[in-house]
Parts: sequence; structure tokens; C-alpha cells
Amino acid sequence: MKRARFDHRLLPVMLLVPQLTIIAIFFYWPAWNAVHSSFYLQDPFGFGSQFVGMDNYTRLWTSSEYMRVARFTLVFTLLVTGLSLGLALLLAVKADKVIRGARTYRTLLMWVYAVAPPVAGLIGVALFDQNIGAITDLFAALGYDYRLGVSYSDTALAMVVVSVWIQTPVNFIFFLSGLQSIPKPVLEAARIDNPSGFRRFWEVTFPLLAPTAFFLLIINITYSLFDTFGIIDTLVKNNPASNPMTLVYKVFIDGFRGNDIGGSAAQSVVLMVLVLILTVFQFRLLERRIHYT
Amino acid sequence: MAQLSVTDLSKTYPNGFTAVHPCSFEIEPGEFVVLVGPSGCGKSTLLRMIAGLEEITTGEMRIGDRVVNDVDPAHRDIAMVFQNYALYPHMTVRKNIAYGLRNRKVPAGEIAQRVTQAAEMLNLTDYLDRRPSQLSGGQRQRVAMGRAIVRDPALFLFDEPLSNLDAKLRNQMRIEIRALQRRLGVTSVYVTHDQVEAMTMADRIFVLNDGRIEQIGTPSEIYHRPASTFVASFMGAPPMNLLSGRGTGNGAVALDGGQAVPVPLDTESNRPVLLGLRPEDMALDGAGPIAFDIEIVEELGAHRLLHGRLSEQPFTVSVSKDTEVGTGPARLSARPGAVNLFCAEKGHRL
Ligand SMILES: Nc1ncnc2c1ncn2[C@@H]1O[C@H](COP(=O)(O)OP(=O)(O)OP(=O)(O)O)[C@@H](O)[C@H]1O
Ligand SMILES: [Mg+2]
Repeated sequence: MKRARFDHRLLPVMLLVPQLTIIAIFFYWPAWNAVHSSFYLQDPFGFGSQFVGMDNYTRLWTSSEYMRVARFTLVFTLLVTGLSLGLALLLAVKADKVIRGARTYRTLLMWVYAVAPPVAGLIGVALFDQNIGAITDLFAALGYDYRLGVSYSDTALAMVVVSVWIQTPVNFIFFLSGLQSIPKPVLEAARIDNPSGFRRFWEVTFPLLAPTAFFLLIINITYSLFDTFGIIDTLVKNNPASNPMTLVYKVFIDGFRGNDIGGSAAQSVVLMVLVLILTVFQFRLLERRIHYT
Repeated sequence: MAQLSVTDLSKTYPNGFTAVHPCSFEIEPGEFVVLVGPSGCGKSTLLRMIAGLEEITTGEMRIGDRVVNDVDPAHRDIAMVFQNYALYPHMTVRKNIAYGLRNRKVPAGEIAQRVTQAAEMLNLTDYLDRRPSQLSGGQRQRVAMGRAIVRDPALFLFDEPLSNLDAKLRNQMRIEIRALQRRLGVTSVYVTHDQVEAMTMADRIFVLNDGRIEQIGTPSEIYHRPASTFVASFMGAPPMNLLSGRGTGNGAVALDGGQAVPVPLDTESNRPVLLGLRPEDMALDGAGPIAFDIEIVEELGAHRLLHGRLSEQPFTVSVSKDTEVGTGPARLSARPGAVNLFCAEKGHRL
């Protein structure tokens, strides 16, 4: 068979140009800009900048405010990732028992996935609303004065709950399809080999689900760190000062509200490094150990 | 005492389909029983009921002297080999084989010893630390066998364990499995749709058709005295010739196409019957009583198949490779005792 050949050397290059341009404009250029700015102290009124070396970075490590946000981000990420994965896994295992290959159910459950996250987010936020929120009313009925946007812990609760609420259906769908793709005879062999359903789940089912779970773990960490920006913005918009926020939101607050471009740039560089570490972790360390075929 | 005994056992699936009609049988200790039948006849369903993977709709099942209807699979003291092996992909061969023992609180030292022993028996010693994905089909099959034999159960259950292997390996594994079972003396129930496997491996064959057991018997009984036209045509390759005709009342069957064939049985006059003759029970014989018209000679190496017509009905004769033969009219005689008569309406043996 004759293979298609491009005699023109330039053609492959030209085919790549649009994509490369997009990457350059929307990724490399801003990234380089951030790295560059992180070494400068910018005049708040935009009248020039001054090279300050690592100052912006050392300022971060010594800022108790930054460390507080970092700690909150860590706790927030662990909670959101853990809860939304755990909840989704539990639901998926229950659903898998019921539907066992019944197509109609599966399609119905897919609809959850079709609800756009912003819509889900808005519903979630509405539930916590100070004036009309059902959850606020529930707390009131229990005798607790729930103050979204005023009390630090109350806002943190809303942030975690809404974030988990949005991410759980996505995880659920992935877990469910993961469970359904486990060959039935393997589970039957396990039923003969092991009388305990609980241990069967952790020793046979879950390891076979591990590639899905690991993929979701990375997705969820990324989600908790970065994609929750919109939720946090909706919840703390009026009053960021006394409220919890994540590192990503702080980049925005410091840069656009506080006009500290240098500090904000240093923070985004830190986040970039974090993403880099996550990516390396995903590809090198774990992915190899979790796939069986 | 029987190792497995089943009384009025039946299975109706939740959708209302009855896959196994009420049946009763017993399997003796050490016996190798083969369930054979066409696709969809309920072999797997019956086997899975024995394993406890499928609920029993009616009837009673005992393994040894224990009623196991409501006992879960892990507590039935059975081991099962699945069609596509069903190995745990995330465990090494060693762990796959040991898994059933670990969950039964067998001491670690004994597990190691039994795994080593099973691996030696199955030539798996060099592969113990591999994952299933790093093994060939035949090796995976052996691991599945290993997982069953380390358990030393009361019953081995096999669901078409060889159907994913190529023909050569299948023959080899067939002999190995049978030899292993003889050595271990474990009662076995083996499901297949391959009649060669059934004939060569079984102590007793259960022929299933449409959720019913058509016949239970030794391979020789099944082959020589099939209980119905279904068994007669299912077992044997090429299948038994079935000629339709009527009884004459005086020791012969008048075939629909003309000639009368003498049978050593009394036949009720005018009763419609099917006359069953195995291709290999017929011989070319110049002085034979039956006229046969050979149309095609099929060369199979060890023997030849002669396809043609006998009183206008299709008929096949198998002769040894030394017999010189061409197409055209010939005469046949049937080996004594080779004649089977079946009721034309219901198909049962007369
Ligand atoms: N879960 C089920 N629900 C309803 N009917 C079923 C179910 N499982 C099997 N059947 C039906 O029961 C019959 C027997 O199935 P079974 O799997 O026992 O056949 P089999 O003899 O093992 O066939 P094969 O040789 O193809 O494996 C089939 O007609 C099948 O369609
Ligand atoms: Mg089957």
C-alpha cells in the first residue's frame, strides 16, 4: 500500500502553526509574563517597575496571611476531593448493584452529568443564601444563626458543600462506568474465593477500579485547587477579607484588588510549580503501577 | 453417599424464562460428569446453581450430606474454572492461586506449600511472580486450574474451560485435566458443547436440550443407545443417520422411499418410526440387504465418508481408508446390534 506523503516540508509545520499560536498566546506568553513580573515590584499606579530579585517570594513565605490561605487550601482540597470521591464511590457501588447492565437506568443517570456545573453551582449557592436559602432556614430551625459571608467557618462550610455537590455527579459517572466494566466472572470468582463482601470490595473490586480512581483523584485535586474559583467568588464576593479563600482566589484578590502585581505573579508561579509536580506525579509515579494490562 | 444430589431442581429467571426444568440426579464421589448440549440449553445455568452464583428456584441441592440451597458460594466447598479464566488481573499468579486459601484462614506456611505443589503439578513454577497479562492463554488456563486445585474442594466445576484455546492446546489440556482429576479424585462437573470433550473425558454424560436432561449415561451408552433422536443426532460426528419409515410388524422397517430394512426388533405394524444407523456401523457388502447410491466420497485421511441416498433419503457411511470405493450404486449391511429405532412423533427410543 502506498503511504500518503507530504513532499512539501512546510506543510506539517503550517498545520501545527494555529495550535502552536494559541498555546503561545494563551499559555507561554502569560506564563513567561508571570515569571518575569514575579521578580519586579510594580508601582501601584503603573508608573514603572523595579527589579527586586526573590523579594516577592520571600515575602510569601514570611506572610502569615499567605500561610493561612495555604493551610486552608490544603484542608479544602483534602475535604472536597475526599468527600466527593467517597460519596460518588458509595453511590456508584449502590447504583451498580441495582442496574447491572440495564441500559435505561444508565442513560437516566447520565443526565446528572448533563447539568452544567455553573447551574449546579447556582443552585448550591441559592441553598445557602442568607435570605432565601433552604439550608440557612434549616439551621435557623435548629437554633443556629447561619451567616454566609460573615462567619469564617460558615462560609467555609458552604464552599466545601457546594464544591462537593458540583463534583460528585462527575465522579459518580466515572466510577459507575468503571464498575460496570469490571468483568463479571472475576467478581464471581471472588465470590467463591472470599466470603466477605467488604473485603472482596477492597481486595478485588477496588484495585480493578484503581485506574479510574487515580484519574479521578488527579482531576479532583485540580478541580479543588483551580476550578472552584467561581464558587468561591460567588460566595465571598462582597467581603473577601474575613472569609476563607484558596490560593488561586488569593492570586486574583492580591493582583486585581490589592494591585500587588509582583506578589500575585509570584503566587501564580508557585501554583504553576504545584501543577507541574502533580503532572509528574501522575505520569511517573502512579500511573505505571496502577495499570494491569 | 452421593457427593452431589439434586432433587426436582429448576431455574426460572426473573424475566419468567425457565432455563432449567425440574430435574433430579446424583453424582458419586470421584466421578467426572460432563454436561453437554447445544448453546442456550441451560448448561451454565445448572452449573452456576451448583456453584451458588445463581439462585435455585425450586428443588433441593445437597453437597455431601449438607443442603446448600441457601449457602453462599464461598461456603459450599466448591472451586470453579471459568471460560475466560476470570483471573484477578492485579494479582500475581502466586496470589491468584493463594487468594482462596488466604480467605479461609489457612496458615501462611501451608498456603506457600500448597501453592508450590500446585504450581509444580501444572508447570507454573517459573511464572509464579508474573501477572496474568504476562501469560499465554494456555498458561492462564493453568493458573485457573491451579486456583481450583489448591483449594482441595468437594467439587470442581468447569464451565467450558477450554473453549478459548486453539485446537491443539485444547486436546492437550483435555488430557491433562482428566489425568489431574483422576489423580486428585475430586468429583467434577464439566460443562462443554464439544461432544469430543464429552465423550473422551466423562465417566457419565448428561445430555441437555432446552433446559431438560435428555439422557444420563456413560459415553458408550450415550453413543450406542441414545435415548432420543436429539441425543442420536447431537452426539457423534458425522451424526447418526435417521431414516423415516413405518414398522411392518414382521421384523423390518419399510422406508418411505421404498425398500424394507430388516431390524432385530419387533415393530408395530404401520407405526411411523425413525431408523437410526451410525455411519461407522455400516459396511460395504456386495451381498448386503440394503441398496445405497453413493454421490460424494469425502477423503478424511484416516477414513472416508460416503455421502449419498438410501431410498431417496440422505445417508452417510464411514469406511476405513483401505476400502477402495467410487460413486454409484452399492450394497450395505449393518453391523449386528447397530440398529436404533425411535418414535417418529416424540423422538424417544423404542
Ligand atoms: N440472567 C438471565 N435472565 C434471563 N434468561 C437468561 C439469563 N441467563 C441465561 N438466560 C437464558 O437461559 C438459557 C440458558 O442459558 P445458559 O447460559 O445456561 O446456556 P448454556 O447452555 O450455557 O449456553 P452456552 O453453551 O451458549 O454457554 C438461555 O436461553 C439464556 O438466554
Ligand atoms: Mg454457557
